Amino acid sequence: MRGRAPWWVALIWLGPALALILGVVIYPAIELVRASTGEYSITGLRRGSAGSDNYADVLSHPALGTVLLNTLIWVAAVVLITVVLSLGLAQFLSKEFFGRRLVRWAVLVPWAASLVITARLFTLIFDYYHGILNVFLTKLHVISEPVDWLGDDTWTMPSMILVGVLVSIPFTAYVLLAGLNSIPDEVHEAARIDGASPWQAYRRVTLPLLRPALLVSAVLNMIYVFNSFPIIWTLNDRNPGYTHDTTITFMYKLAFKSADRDVGMSAAAGVFNVLLILVAVVLYLRLVKWREEEA
Amino acid sequence: MTLTWRRVRPVMLPVFGLLVALVFLAPYLVMLLDSLRPGSEALASPPTFLPQHWQLDAYGEILGDSRFQNWLKTSVLVSFASTLIVILVAIPAAYFTARFKFPGKTAFLFLVLVTQMFAPTSLVVGIYREFFELSMVNTYGALILTNAAFNLAFAVWIMHGFFAALPRELEEAAELDGNGRVGTMLRVMLPLTLPGVVTATIFTFIAVWNEYVVALTLMQDDDKKPLTVGISSYVTGYDQNWDQLFAASIVAIVPVVILFAVIEKHLVGGLTAGSVK
Repeated sequence: MRGRAPWWVALIWLGPALALILGVVIYPAIELVRASTGEYSITGLRRGSAGSDNYADVLSHPALGTVLLNTLIWVAAVVLITVVLSLGLAQFLSKEFFGRRLVRWAVLVPWAASLVITARLFTLIFDYYHGILNVFLTKLHVISEPVDWLGDDTWTMPSMILVGVLVSIPFTAYVLLAGLNSIPDEVHEAARIDGASPWQAYRRVTLPLLRPALLVSAVLNMIYVFNSFPIIWTLNDRNPGYTHDTTITFMYKLAFKSADRDVGMSAAAGVFNVLLILVAVVLYLRLVKWREEEA
Repeated sequence: MTLTWRRVRPVMLPVFGLLVALVFLAPYLVMLLDSLRPGSEALASPPTFLPQHWQLDAYGEILGDSRFQNWLKTSVLVSFASTLIVILVAIPAAYFTARFKFPGKTAFLFLVLVTQMFAPTSLVVGIYREFFELSMVNTYGALILTNAAFNLAFAVWIMHGFFAALPRELEEAAELDGNGRVGTMLRVMLPLTLPGVVTATIFTFIAVWNEYVVALTLMQDDDKKPLTVGISSYVTGYDQNWDQLFAASIVAIVPVVILFAVIEKHLVGGLTAGSVK
């Protein structure tokens, strides 16, 4: 830190960033709240105030229970499976071996690729008639006959979760790897000298030291997975209704895909989404004990 | 036991590594192989893993397709413009917050962090309403500004970290040499934080290149869509050109994966906002 600066000097340096955030992040948030109390025509023109009707409509929507349950399953399953698999992967990638660089690059691919492209690719892989997954699993005798992964109600959510996990692992493994690398070697050595077995050393020494990285990756993943749109939007595309939607795709369908294109009701659902994320953000900040000096 | 493990380890770990790599690459291998065979083969039932006829036709077809050219043009234009705005806006913000205390600093950094967490998805209805009322739906400007705003945070964090790591004496010396504050930042600090600038640039470019939900919502004219939105029209209920869809996907993914690998080391720092050392 070099010293203090008066607010107006700060405003000059931060002005452009502030303008961008206020104009395209804060203003739409205000617009979202405004829209949630309005009544809109199908072409998007404001007809007048709707009071709290839109909120009441969302809360009494017949699909709300299903959508909330889907959201819970989607977020909990993806985050949990991702974190567990990433723990193993990070441990493996922290070892020195021939070709490690290449393996790390391979792991990056699902992270770098556009989510919608990956999701679109899986619509073919999962396809009942033309998908390679059914051929593969039949040959391995895991399944005796083809499964309609994206059409059968029992398999739609697990299939989407699989893709969600695949694209979430890279980021999570990288955060945990950074956490592992920050643990000094002496700690492991001390545990070995004390006669700890590798598993004991991992549980009693490594895992507790990894806790901050673990928490950070879990909460950030919760936020990302909750916000995730392309996977569910694409893989669930041909199923009617809201049977496999999360609160995010539910909100989007209300405004842009349903028969009545209800902007007001969608905005009300959006406000609920924003509030949920805010809770997660506050949780994250408390976990990392966020202070501006450290940021 | 220990002796045998020591002998087996140099073989076992790379073999296991190969398996791990295959798991992550397998879906994209399917994509690559499907782009190298006629579209009709992707629709064979049951499908084969390897193409029966190898061909590069799909690549020629999409590159000659004016729709694809338009989508590519949009993606390139929007990604470059958004990235340029992000870098120009984030550098002074990152430098200033790393070096000075001022009233409202915590509030500002909090605002930046919240922006990063929100992603445009939950606000998309509000974003659409804003640009609808400004009559900016279907304009590049709307897409560029939205992408710039929501990707600002990563750039600020990553460069903030690089600026904060430079010794204070360096700047003081530069100022004694008669440089002003702006001159010090541009001539002394910026060259030393180049890796941070490069990381922020590449990351922003990729994030914008891959963005979907805002583009899907704002860009409704077919010729103004970016690649992520446009290419899905290669496979619809009527057209089933999987070879073209996947050739276009490969064109969209490969450069991005290479760029991403370049900044691999710095990714975690910018995304976890200084919380994981």
